[in-house]
Parts: sequence; C-alpha cells; structure tokens
Amino acid sequence: MTSKALENGRRSKRHIFHKAKVNRSHAGNAVVFTCILILGAFMALPFVYALGSAFKPLNELFLYPPRLLPQNPTLDNFIGLWTLMKSSWVPMSRYIFNTLLITAAGSAGQIILASMCAFPLAKHPFPGNKFIFRVIFLSLMFHASATAIPTYIIMAKLHMLDTYWALILPACASSFGLYLMKQFIEQINNAVLEAAEIDGANIWQTYIRIVMPMVKPAWLTLMVFSVQSLWNIGSSTYIYSEELKTFSYAVSQVVAGGVARTGTGMAISVIMMVVPITVYLITQSSVMQTMASSGVKE
Amino acid sequence: MNARQEYTIKLMKRYRMSYVMMLPYLLLFLLFVVVPVFVAIFFGFTDFDMINTPSFIGFSNYKKMILQDNLFLTAFKNTLLLATITGPVGYLLSLFLAWFVSDLSPKLRALLTALFYAPTLCNVYLVWQLIFSGDSSGFLNSWLLKLGVINTAKQWLTDSDILLGVLIFILLFTSMGTGFLTLVAGFQNTDTSLFEAGAVDGIRNRWQELWYITLPSIRPQLMIAAVQSITSAFGIGTAIDLLCGNPSTDYKAWTIMNHINDVGNVRFEVGYACALSTLLFIFMVAANRVIQKLISKVGN
Repeated sequence: MTSKALENGRRSKRHIFHKAKVNRSHAGNAVVFTCILILGAFMALPFVYALGSAFKPLNELFLYPPRLLPQNPTLDNFIGLWTLMKSSWVPMSRYIFNTLLITAAGSAGQIILASMCAFPLAKHPFPGNKFIFRVIFLSLMFHASATAIPTYIIMAKLHMLDTYWALILPACASSFGLYLMKQFIEQINNAVLEAAEIDGANIWQTYIRIVMPMVKPAWLTLMVFSVQSLWNIGSSTYIYSEELKTFSYAVSQVVAGGVARTGTGMAISVIMMVVPITVYLITQSSVMQTMASSGVKE
Repeated sequence: MNARQEYTIKLMKRYRMSYVMMLPYLLLFLLFVVVPVFVAIFFGFTDFDMINTPSFIGFSNYKKMILQDNLFLTAFKNTLLLATITGPVGYLLSLFLAWFVSDLSPKLRALLTALFYAPTLCNVYLVWQLIFSGDSSGFLNSWLLKLGVINTAKQWLTDSDILLGVLIFILLFTSMGTGFLTLVAGFQNTDTSLFEAGAVDGIRNRWQELWYITLPSIRPQLMIAAVQSITSAFGIGTAIDLLCGNPSTDYKAWTIMNHINDVGNVRFEVGYACALSTLLFIFMVAANRVIQKLISKVGN
C-alpha cells in the first residue's frame, strides 16, 4: 500500500464522508447531510412508530398527545397476539405456514428457473436470442397487476385458482429477476466457460459447477426481491379459501379489528417487517454487487 | 434452402440443449406474462362476462370509456396525476438520495441505503394509516391539535379535499423501489479517476461534476431505474385501497388499476376490464419509451 492510500484510509476513519473527493465544499456537505437527516427521519418514522407502539402498555397507547417511544416497555401486545392467534377461526399458524411455503417455493423456483434461462441467454448465440431478450425487456415496462384480469381467466382455464400454484408460478416467471440474472452472468469471463467445455463439461455441468457458484450474489438478490414480493402478498383475487390465505392478509384483518387492536396490530406489523428486512440486511453487499451490473446496455 | 437458412438450422441444432434449458422459465413467462397481454387485447374487443359466450363488439368498449364512463375519466386523470408526480419526483428523490449516500463512508452508506429502501421491502401502509388516522387521538392529529396548528381533527385519508395530497406524500416515501438500489450501486462504481481528470478540466462544483461526469457514466443504471419507477407509478392501486379504502371518498384517488379491479372482479364486465388493461399497458410502454429517449440525452 502506498503512503497516499494509507493516508486516505486514515482520513476515512475520521470523517463520515469517506472519499476525500474533489469538488466538495464544507457548506455543501452540511446541506447534503441535513437533507439526508430530514428524509431519513421521515423514512424511519413508520418503523419507529410501529416498533415503539408494539412495546407500549395499553395506557400509553392512548396517551394524549401520543409519544413515539414507550416509557415502560412491555411484551403485553405480543402476548395478546398469541392469545388472539389461538382463538382465531383458522389457526394463525396456518396463515404463517402458507406464507412461508409460498415464499420459499416461489423464491426457489424463480432462482432456479431464471438462472437456467439466463445462462444460455447471456452466453450462447443461438438463433432467437436477441428476440427473446427484447420481449423480456419489454415486459419490464408494465406492471403485472395491469394484466391481472386476463391472468385470472388463464388460471381459471388451468384450474389453478384457489391453489398455492396461483401465487407460486407467476412469482417464478418474474422478468426482473431473469433480467438481473442475465446481466450478471454476462460478466463471467468467456475463457472460464470455454475452459470447462474443453475439459469435457456439458452445458448442464457448466451451469451447475461453474456458473451457479459464480453468480451467488445474483441469486441472493433474486431471493431478496422474491421474498419482498411474496412475503407481502395480502388478499389475492386468485385465492378464496380461508385456509389458503396468507399471513399478510391475517395481519390486515387483525389491524382492521379497530382501535382496541392497535397494540396487537403493531406487534404483528413488527413481526411482518422483520423477515424481509433481515433477509435484505444479510445479503445487502450481494444485492449491491448485482444491481451494479443491472444497467441497460445501449 | 439457401445458405443462411442452412446456417441458422445448424446453429439451432448445435444449441438445442440451450433451448431445453430455457424452456421451463419461458413456458411460465409465456403463460403469465405474454399470453395475458394478448388475452387482454383479444377480449378487449368482446363483451365477455365469464358466463356467456363472448361476442365480438369492435371498438365499443373503447368508445364506452370515453363517452359513457365518467368514472373512467376520473380514474384516467388520477392515474396520470399520480404517475406524473410520484414517477418523476420519486425518481429524482431516489437519484439525489443515492448521490448523497454515495459520498458517505461504506458502513453509513449501507445503513442509510437499508433505511431508505426499507419502506419498499415491507408493507408499511398500515402504520402510515395509523399515523394519519382521522381520530383526534391519531398520531399526527393529536400533535397538530396540541400545537394549535389545527382546531379540529383532520380526516387525512378520507377528506376528499386533502386525501390525494396526503396519498402522494405517503407514496413518495414508499416508492423508492429497486431503482434506488440500482442507482446507489451505480454511483458506488463510478470511476474516481474521472473526477480528478474533471477537476483538472475545469469542473468547479459537485453539480457540474454530477451533470458532466457522474450521470453520463451511470446512464445504463439511470435507464433501468427509470423503467422501474415509471412501471410502478402507473401500477398504483393496491396501496390506495389500503390507505384510503376502496373506493376512496368521492373517488378522489380512484386510479385505472382500481377501475380495472372494480369492473373485472366486482362487476364481471371482463371484456371491458380487458380493454382498460390494454389501454393501461399501452400507456406504460409508451411512457417508458419516451423517458428512455430523454435519458439517452443526459449530459450531452
């Protein structure tokens, strides 16, 4: 390491602004930091509020004026939630099981199918390659919910309504996941793949032994995005049996129970938030690595 | 058979395993992404109601939208309003936040990125609903009452005069989306030697640096982030149901998405709903095309 790099390293420990970049005035930095603080406070508000309320005893929940944080934190709301869970018509554990199953199956399916499709698409110049990718890119431009009604018709024809498949299979077909995967695989050095081919590996062996280990950041990222969308699925038009409904739906029912349920509602909201945020925090450096390669190449 | 066709067939044979490998995903993609679009276009020209055999009625559904369906015009107006505000403003917000955090130390950057992205990760509408509760004991109301800013409790999410404004405010904070992550990653990976070269070439402040150096070098990320933000801006619907109820007071926040669900799932006028879907689809794709043209001009 050169002395200059060492100096930069030392400087970064003392300052919040790590790179001693050119073109940065102190006044400007102060303004930027203030903006971040204000916006950050607004973004944090719902989380702090939910977390605070979840641990408030009953008398503090209806304190006037309300406070953000509890003074005498308690687990009453979580215990209340436990009681409510036992007394509900369809056991709450069933809703949780449904959500876990859908999230796990949908994420696994998306990662496996999307990477299987992305590998040839990124590396093999077969006829039709460009066309397929163009269609997939075009599909990024519209929201799946815009075609919810025709999708309903298709699912009805396939007898898929009111089954787990109605939620799992469309999640596997997410085109954003495929897009990210393809962009990431494109970065793999062709020499590595050719070397494997020369050593006698067929396309499946190359995919499993070479490509998959190398694109770990990408499949972790796909996992974050599919967990994010599947975990939060609430009431769906494709599902009508109570025992197939999701945890998020149950949460909205608890919260809709009125003012008396405020504490319980916040406790259950906190539980809902923990999962996707934890998954993101664990994988965030992989996500950043994947997103860096996600740009549209002109 | 000419030489070119022969060559194509040879290639197809050579890569037959590639096709096999792609097949499972492509089948699902066809079934749930491509076919629905064509189904929507097709049934958009019929009077399908899920029960009777549909008959072809030409452009009647599209005429009905403009001539008879007042609610559609409201929905159309609101969708455009919400999309033109939350789309570009949300996009600029995420661009500036990504730019701001890119100057910070790695740990702080990761932490703030997580904080700004968290509202997209989880469904925080229920919490916002409580913060903006119309009760005088609601979080915002009770503080504003206490401070003497308002005299009576405001119905933030149900008062037809203010609900749209409140809604836009909440949506802006929850609409950072995956585009934000792309932009953070883009800023993080810009070549720092460019900045030093720029300083020598006479770039004087961070704004010039942003416009002349950083933005052009992250244009690919700008593109995909824009696609993401436009697409989600046009798809706003469920969030409104959760925040303002369905329907919102006086249909003040009624969007095309709400209208499609209402017509299709409640009234079972599937043909008409499909025509609406087709229209929304065209809008989304067209808006994306226009924005991509604009972004390709950045920094030139």
